[in-house]
Amino acid sequence: MFKELIDCFSLLAIPFILTIILLHAAFKKVKVYETFIIGAKEGFEVAVRIIPYLVAILVAIGMFRASGAIDLISIYLKPVLDLIGMPVETLPLAIVKPLSGSGSFAIMSSIIEAHPKDSFIGWLSATMAGSTETTFYVLAVYFGSVGIYKVRHAVIAGLITDIAGILASLFICRLLL
Amino acid sequence: MLNYIWLFFILSALIIGAFTGRTEAVIQSAFDSASSAVSLAIGLIGIMAFWLGIMKIAEESMLINIVSKLVKPIAVKIFPEVPSDHPAIGAMVMNMAANILGLGNAATPLGIKAMEELEKLNKNKGIATNAMCTFLAINTAGLQLVPIMIIGVLKENNYTNPTKIIGMTLFAGIVALIIAIIICKILEKLPAFKPNNIESEVGNV
Repeated sequence: MFKELIDCFSLLAIPFILTIILLHAAFKKVKVYETFIIGAKEGFEVAVRIIPYLVAILVAIGMFRASGAIDLISIYLKPVLDLIGMPVETLPLAIVKPLSGSGSFAIMSSIIEAHPKDSFIGWLSATMAGSTETTFYVLAVYFGSVGIYKVRHAVIAGLITDIAGILASLFICRLLL
Repeated sequence: MLNYIWLFFILSALIIGAFTGRTEAVIQSAFDSASSAVSLAIGLIGIMAFWLGIMKIAEESMLINIVSKLVKPIAVKIFPEVPSDHPAIGAMVMNMAANILGLGNAATPLGIKAMEELEKLNKNKGIATNAMCTFLAINTAGLQLVPIMIIGVLKENNYTNPTKIIGMTLFAGIVALIIAIIICKILEKLPAFKPNNIESEVGNV
């Protein structure tokens, strides 16, 4: 019931937003067509502008993942995981999550498939995958779109946020399962 | 900062790759990632043009300013540098709303719109402002009401009551969101991250 309500809400959100924006603009006598064109022109420029940033970030991450560095980190982090009670199987997911959205989704799916249904590890991976966003992608796209290359504390804050999301996932799964 | 991280990723990939005998895969991945970065950006053009067009209308009709005013009490606390009726606030709110609703392909253009508005308030071009960093951190918390894709995977694997994940990711997302805001407020005050201290480097880039 709750889910149907949410689904319905998600489905109606965009038509609702569009209707409000356009009706309000018509009421305010905005020249909607011309204005849309002016805004839409930016779309192409922005997409082209973010290319160098995306290439830089995605290449670095792609190489890092292909080198097997993540397996190496997993070995060294295992004692820390045992300490907080996080299953080592979920570590690659936690490491890939800030780096790659499609990569972490694939890892989550494979963890869930490899473990029996309703297992703690399965639920934990699902929660972890759903609670943080890919920091480096957001960084490349958002900062790239306005030509920011000195990111100050943004990366560290983003990564701490990711860790917080992972620890919170672990906490809630331990509590509820 | 990003200089070191980038160097670390690439150098460690090359060194570890050499030891694990995956040099070829590492290099191949560099070329593949470069191409997919371009296709990703090109693939965004249509949806970006659409939403930036719609947002221009909302900006022109002052609707964004109205949205900004609605969240004024919270916005002044989280983004003290941004004037409370500035369109940047409205754009950020719409980006967050799209994220929470899981409207991924609307969220990115709206976020970019917000960044463009924030950039108008930026005095040091090329250097991130406090508001930009906080906005980015909030985005990385990735608070989402219904993780539809994940529910799909759980359902496929016959999990009992897959929608139970909603409460769990919501909890973890809210915790991450709160930490994101707090950590930004702390870090932005540290001397190492002050915009003036990194300004001198700009010429070298």
